[in-house]
Amino acid sequence: MSKQAQHWEKTRGLLIVTLAIWFVFSIGIFLFGAEMESVGGPFGYPLTYWFTCQGSLGIFVILIFWFANRQEKIDEEFGFSEKGDD
Amino acid sequence: MIKGNFIDNLPRVYGIYTGGFLAFIIIMAIAEQMGMTAKAIGICFVAFTVAIYAIIGYLSRTAQADAYYVAGRQVPTVFNGMATAADWMSGASFVAMAGGIYFKGYGYMALLVGWTGGYVLVASLLAPYLRKFGCYTVPDFIGTRYGGNLSRFLAVVVLTVASFTYVTAQINATGTIASVALDIPFQYAVYVGLVSILLCSMLGGMRGVTWTQVAQYIVLIIAYLLPVFWISNKMGAGFFPHFMLADEVARIAELETQFGLGTIKNTAADLATVPKGLAGITKAHSAVNATPWAFISLALAMMMGTASLPHVMMRYFTTPSVKAARKSVGWSLFFIFLLYSSAPMLATLSKLSLIDPNLATGIIGKSISEVQAIDWYQNWNQANLMFVSDFNGNGTLELNEFFMGGKAVVLATPEIAGLPYVISGLVAAGGMAAAMSTADGLILAIANALSHDLYYKIIDPKAETAKRLVVARVLLVVIGFAGATIAAMEIQGILGSVIWAFDFAMSGLFFPLVLGVWWKRANREGAIAGMALGLASGMGYLIWVRNGGSGFLGITQLTFGIFGSAVSLVSMVVVSLITSEPDAATQKMVDEVRVPSGKSILGKQH
Repeated sequence: MSKQAQHWEKTRGLLIVTLAIWFVFSIGIFLFGAEMESVGGPFGYPLTYWFTCQGSLGIFVILIFWFANRQEKIDEEFGFSEKGDD
Repeated sequence: MIKGNFIDNLPRVYGIYTGGFLAFIIIMAIAEQMGMTAKAIGICFVAFTVAIYAIIGYLSRTAQADAYYVAGRQVPTVFNGMATAADWMSGASFVAMAGGIYFKGYGYMALLVGWTGGYVLVASLLAPYLRKFGCYTVPDFIGTRYGGNLSRFLAVVVLTVASFTYVTAQINATGTIASVALDIPFQYAVYVGLVSILLCSMLGGMRGVTWTQVAQYIVLIIAYLLPVFWISNKMGAGFFPHFMLADEVARIAELETQFGLGTIKNTAADLATVPKGLAGITKAHSAVNATPWAFISLALAMMMGTASLPHVMMRYFTTPSVKAARKSVGWSLFFIFLLYSSAPMLATLSKLSLIDPNLATGIIGKSISEVQAIDWYQNWNQANLMFVSDFNGNGTLELNEFFMGGKAVVLATPEIAGLPYVISGLVAAGGMAAAMSTADGLILAIANALSHDLYYKIIDPKAETAKRLVVARVLLVVIGFAGATIAAMEIQGILGSVIWAFDFAMSGLFFPLVLGVWWKRANREGAIAGMALGLASGMGYLIWVRNGGSGFLGITQLTFGIFGSAVSLVSMVVVSLITSEPDAATQKMVDEVRVPSGKSILGKQH
């Protein structure tokens, strides 16, 4: 398998993991909105309420930075990262 | 004062700017104590900030195509994040979002999840690859990846439909704020708003818009956070509201039961006396009040729409590298998160301060005549944003007898909580910044697509740079005026048309963009079918439901993009598979897009 094909395979793997996490916190947990309601969440908010106003949003921020770092590592591993800095 | 090149000095420039703005707020606060009128303060805030944006716009003027279209591709990640956040957060986010949460609670908060979750799709599926491509506009990518004028033209059509729907709402919002702050009729205020918008973008194109958007982000985030923290502290709810409002949220739930929320219903005859546009509290504040599908479908539509809206995508064309584009998406969402996570807190504080009888500001349970005598009630009643009526004739104000406009949550809460007027002036400046920055991004997206893709690439490929930029600027003005003219007619609410824009964008562009990178087999015929049928079926569904159609699968007029994009996906895959695969050159191009290193597909000047 060529270097480029391997790179793309890893990139696709990272995409699947990223989208899986995204799916859980944007869609998955809201299937159980009513069930989570009586559960206490961080800072004393009801769990569903906390996810909609802070939890999911914050997780998305962290997820994107994590994804960006992982992808950079993959690019470096196969020598596809850009020259120069940003 | 400033040595060396502008980009290296950005932190310093915006540091001085932020300091200057804070100093301006303090000067205004002092002036208020010395007797400056509320009206004069409002005018100062709006005029001062708009003048600054205009100066930045003038200083950013340019005659080069890549500076005009993509800000020279040298915007650092964090600053591009701020600019995107301002580009993204519109008048709807700033003025209407907290109000939506106030009235509809959980069901509405699907928008918070949708408008942030979409950035994960932007970062992982699209932005870095489109940056590598080196395009100036989104149709530039479609036109080059799939080839042919028809695919490019269809992308321009989808972009224009979605962005134009969106931009009228933003010009409407600038007009509303300008008319209140400057005290002029709405029909004229719309054009005042428009001129302010054009001042930022006309001379410098994307470069001017980038640097004004950073300035606008700073104003809008200060204007949003300062009152939230201040009100929370003043009410004794906690010095850091985001972590400390659990008791307040629980208290609202308790009061809802006490006041019989959901059990006491108003008759249709009573409701007919309530002025148009105002609503009462009918939904629980924090309890789950929507079915899982209603919540998820709305969030999903907003997420896919986010990843298809060209004015957001084109912000990532301005970063220096592919790596920077990815990081920049993270920063964008971080800056958006600062405001979005505060909106529910503002809604909570606003609601509690109005309905809790234990608080001095609470009005529920007071006598109707007492409420009608309150200064702020009279002001906002006059502005047609508040209304009380004694439906049951007991002389006391009940929860179901109090009505408010959605905008009032952001605009009136500082006054209700007893903050000085300077805060209201600041909020007006923030709302103006939010609406202007989004309108700028949108008008530029449309004008650039028409001038670059329609005029230069399709009509006159030999046009000189100077001529292209003249066409771009003329289009900018024409589109702006068209938008303002429609906005002046006030056909539709701000929030409704914003949501439609997302649905239009996802119907026509989501799958052609994503599959263009992730599926090599996708070809021209498939993309054409995907865009044309996606947009047509989405629009058809909207018209059907608007005209009394029952809809299916619980897809409403706010989520019609789910239907449109499903049609788009199926038709794109089917048509691609029954026609021949893309030629070797196109497949090679896709391979090159997939790695960050090497030259971009389109040259620096194209």
